[in-house]
Amino acid sequence: MPESASTFGAGIDSIYYIILWITGAIFVLVETALIVFIIRYRHREGRVAVHTHGSKKAEIVWTVIPFILVLFIVYASNDIWLQVKRADQEGAAPADALRLRVVAKQFEWNVTYPGPDEELDTSDDFVKRNQLHVPIGRAVRIDLGSEDVIHSFFLPDFRVKQDAVPGMTIPVWFEATRTGEFPLACAELCGLGHYRMRASLTVHEADDFDRWQSEEIESGSPAADADASDSETADENKVNEGEESA
Amino acid sequence: MSQAAAIHAQAPRPMEGMKVYNVKLGMWVFLLSEVMFFSGLIGAYIILRFAHPEHWAAPGEVLAVPLTAFNTFMLICSSVTMVKAFAAIEHGDQAGLKKWLLATIVLGAAFVGIQVVEYTKLIEHGFVPIASLYAAEGGPLYGSTFYTMTGFHGVHVSIGVLCLSFTAFQAFRGRYTEEYYGGVEIIGLYWHFVDLVWIILFTIVYLI
Amino acid sequence: MTTPQLLAPNVSAQHWADPSHPDDRPFIRKYVFSTDHKTIGNQFMFMSLFFLMIGGALAMMIRWQLGWPGLPMPGGGVLPETMAPGGILLPEFYNSLVTMHGTFMIFFAIMPLLVGMFGNWLIPLHVGASDMAFPRLNMMSFWTAVPAGFIMLASFAVEGGAAGAGWTAYPPLSAVPEYSGVSTGQQLWCVSLVILGFSSLMGAVNYITTIVNMRAPGMTWLRLPLPVWALFITAILILLAMPILAGALIMLLFDQTIGTTFFLPETGGQPLMWQHLFWYFGHPEVYILILPAMGIASEVIANGSRKPVFGYPAMVGAIIAIAFLGWIVWGHHMFQSGMNPLLGSSFMLSTMIIAVPSAIKVFNWLGTIWRGDIHLHTPMLNALAFVAMFVIGGLSGVFMASTPVDIYIHDTYFIVAHIHYVLFGGSLFAIFAGLYFWFPKFYGRMLNPTLGKIHFALTFVFYNLVFFPMHNLGLGGMMRRIYDPNQYGFLEPLQPMNTFISVFALALGASQLVFFFNILWSLWRGEKAPENPWSSNSLEWDLPSPPPHGNFEAMPAVYRGPYEYSYPGRGEDFWPQSEPPNGRRARVETSGAPVAEGVPQ
Repeated sequence: MPESASTFGAGIDSIYYIILWITGAIFVLVETALIVFIIRYRHREGRVAVHTHGSKKAEIVWTVIPFILVLFIVYASNDIWLQVKRADQEGAAPADALRLRVVAKQFEWNVTYPGPDEELDTSDDFVKRNQLHVPIGRAVRIDLGSEDVIHSFFLPDFRVKQDAVPGMTIPVWFEATRTGEFPLACAELCGLGHYRMRASLTVHEADDFDRWQSEEIESGSPAADADASDSETADENKVNEGEESA
Repeated sequence: MSQAAAIHAQAPRPMEGMKVYNVKLGMWVFLLSEVMFFSGLIGAYIILRFAHPEHWAAPGEVLAVPLTAFNTFMLICSSVTMVKAFAAIEHGDQAGLKKWLLATIVLGAAFVGIQVVEYTKLIEHGFVPIASLYAAEGGPLYGSTFYTMTGFHGVHVSIGVLCLSFTAFQAFRGRYTEEYYGGVEIIGLYWHFVDLVWIILFTIVYLI
Repeated sequence: MTTPQLLAPNVSAQHWADPSHPDDRPFIRKYVFSTDHKTIGNQFMFMSLFFLMIGGALAMMIRWQLGWPGLPMPGGGVLPETMAPGGILLPEFYNSLVTMHGTFMIFFAIMPLLVGMFGNWLIPLHVGASDMAFPRLNMMSFWTAVPAGFIMLASFAVEGGAAGAGWTAYPPLSAVPEYSGVSTGQQLWCVSLVILGFSSLMGAVNYITTIVNMRAPGMTWLRLPLPVWALFITAILILLAMPILAGALIMLLFDQTIGTTFFLPETGGQPLMWQHLFWYFGHPEVYILILPAMGIASEVIANGSRKPVFGYPAMVGAIIAIAFLGWIVWGHHMFQSGMNPLLGSSFMLSTMIIAVPSAIKVFNWLGTIWRGDIHLHTPMLNALAFVAMFVIGGLSGVFMASTPVDIYIHDTYFIVAHIHYVLFGGSLFAIFAGLYFWFPKFYGRMLNPTLGKIHFALTFVFYNLVFFPMHNLGLGGMMRRIYDPNQYGFLEPLQPMNTFISVFALALGASQLVFFFNILWSLWRGEKAPENPWSSNSLEWDLPSPPPHGNFEAMPAVYRGPYEYSYPGRGEDFWPQSEPPNGRRARVETSGAPVAEGVPQ
């Protein structure tokens, strides 16, 4: 997996590694036993199988141990799951998180920024197509929607994935721990252009983000209530219909 | 000693099957699948309605409750006549079997007929399944769910009437006796099931 | 002709085999519209293997595109411009390919092989009946599946092409042609599956009734061969799950055609409701796809080890537990769907718990071969591979059962790896095992063992080279159903792995030709099969290969369970279920009077 770029990424990865260790150990145990038995008990002249119908004790042992293991994995997994997905609960996105709106549509992502007043649906909002910009070290909380079909908002480096469902507004949050440019991919089959519904997420240093935001407003990015596809800054938007892959 | 008895003598007693003969067990099993089918449709209805109650109208605003209540009563009566038909053949009463089967068919056909009439009236009123043409109180989902649930029920009743007609035809040919009445029993089971589904549908669609 | 219907298991209603009376059924009644379960099983075999080839061909095309994106496919010129101009696959055709590959494999290959073929072959013979409870319903079940398959195939030819919303058909994409670019094809997909549902349902009613009511004397529930238990529980799952799918498909079809909006949000419909309905069916469906395979594996492994199944009651209990728990895990397909996260927690718990009965079965298979006398005949090789691969598939499932890990791997190739380890590594290897094991009984000819072992070795090696790396693709972030991953910079480094997989996928596909050739060759030129080539115990091995119409000459009697291999003190290492305890077989004359040796008169 790519190196984690979010605060909860490491936590999610650690669950993955716990499961990898447990399942890896079981894999080695079981497959080795299988191979050893096949070799050791293969038919040879005069060999007779041992007639037995089973062992109650064995059944209990190999029921209880797996049961305990899986319960452990459930216990280890649940807290971080709720923390990531219930954006409004304790320990999740703080109240002063940067609020963004992302609306998916065939085949692009339209991001509404709240502007300097940090409130969505005010006059200083602006919209970017296929470009997500956030500051490092600050929680970002997204209201995720869709205009047409189900898409899925996937930021691999951030361990973020959330289906965008038309008719629903679903909260997604994360906090970036590294600057740089990262891919945003669609992870739910959404039609003909699903394979090219890519966008990019840029994580800025805090003051760099403010600078970027002012530039956007000055250069006249479309206001939040304008149609995003009329964007004047088309040259900044990478994915168009019919564009060949690089 | 008979062949089967000899086998039973030497082999240990099996845990015998449910002592329910094949077609009867088959019908019960089939009806279980029908329960699941209607549960899926009714479940969808419940989910959609409780998410958006504003898309529905109060009972009686759009649907003709009194007429349908009468229709429900008729269907229940048809279950009674079905029971009487089965009781008749259990006692070898051929005349009773024919009489009560015919009564069941008439009542079942009348139910379908009245429902068709109700459908035409509702469609004239603008209560349709098609969202873009919906013109009645409430919202299009009301229409969509109504026609899907009652429509499939109506199809089941119609198929039941056809099967009852076949059973009646066989009865007139003297096919059933007090020892051999499986065909009557299983159509009876199906008919009672169809009636039960209607009682549930009537309650949740027309009364709630 | 009146058939007495008694309130007891239908002893006298069965039409046993009569060697003195020749089988004079006309050709059409014998081979086309047959009510004989063995013939119907054979018909399901041919139909399903045909669709397995179709599904495989679709997969080859998918892998071509992923291995060599944008390159013209050899032979692709035969495809129309709407699918692959110049042999280069179009994205819309690719979406149809992934959809139809899954659809054909699940509904028209694996299900009819496991349930239609093995169910028909095995159930009446294993319980000791002359045929199914409802032979004509059985015939209708097959002949309903055929038009369903034809419709699905024909949907490639309509305008707009075949369905392209995934085998899961999530609306609104699947409900609105403007979104998917597919209109009639998507509707035909729904219609075909509704029809197939009727076929499955008829089969389920038949199997349940036959198993409950028509077991021969002595065939208690706990003496049933495990394939019968598995098929019984599977039939119950089909009975209860298919109608839910039917309801959902009908609502989707209405949304597509008559303008309802069950799943469209503009007028109050709910896209998520489709997912709940579909997966409420869909999860029991995947257990439908694996349980019969587990039953077959148990049968073959016990036979190949010359030992009883270890923990038979636990094996039965595990089948029942899996089926039961399978109803409360469906939400694990919807963890990232926007469903309430607390539901995610509860589904995670139930999903993790369902791993336990599967684990129990794996340990019991190990226990069966432990201290056995292992004969690595072709069925056994495939059955052991089933265990090995199912373990991998099951363990990979633990990752996605954990909701936080699923955030990353959902809708990636990690899931694709899991699916194929359980469905191919699991179900298909078990199907191979069962085919090599029972083909002799139903066709009277052995499948060539050398070709069988070659097929096994090639398949096993290539299969792992294809599907194991998909775990890595998924961990690298490669999403599912992506026509051209190179559109994403972060996926470009994975292209060599995709090409690697595709090379071996083509090899895997080619290796199956060995299997298909073996089947066709052996039907006419295979070595004639004896009654009991594997020295097995269940009732079918008492009969000629193939068994006559009516199976047994009289109702058989059963004296013990099906796995009494290597019983101490006996000369042979097997002990047929029908052999009386005093060692001499009861022969009951068809004239009526019993001449059972050793029976007190």
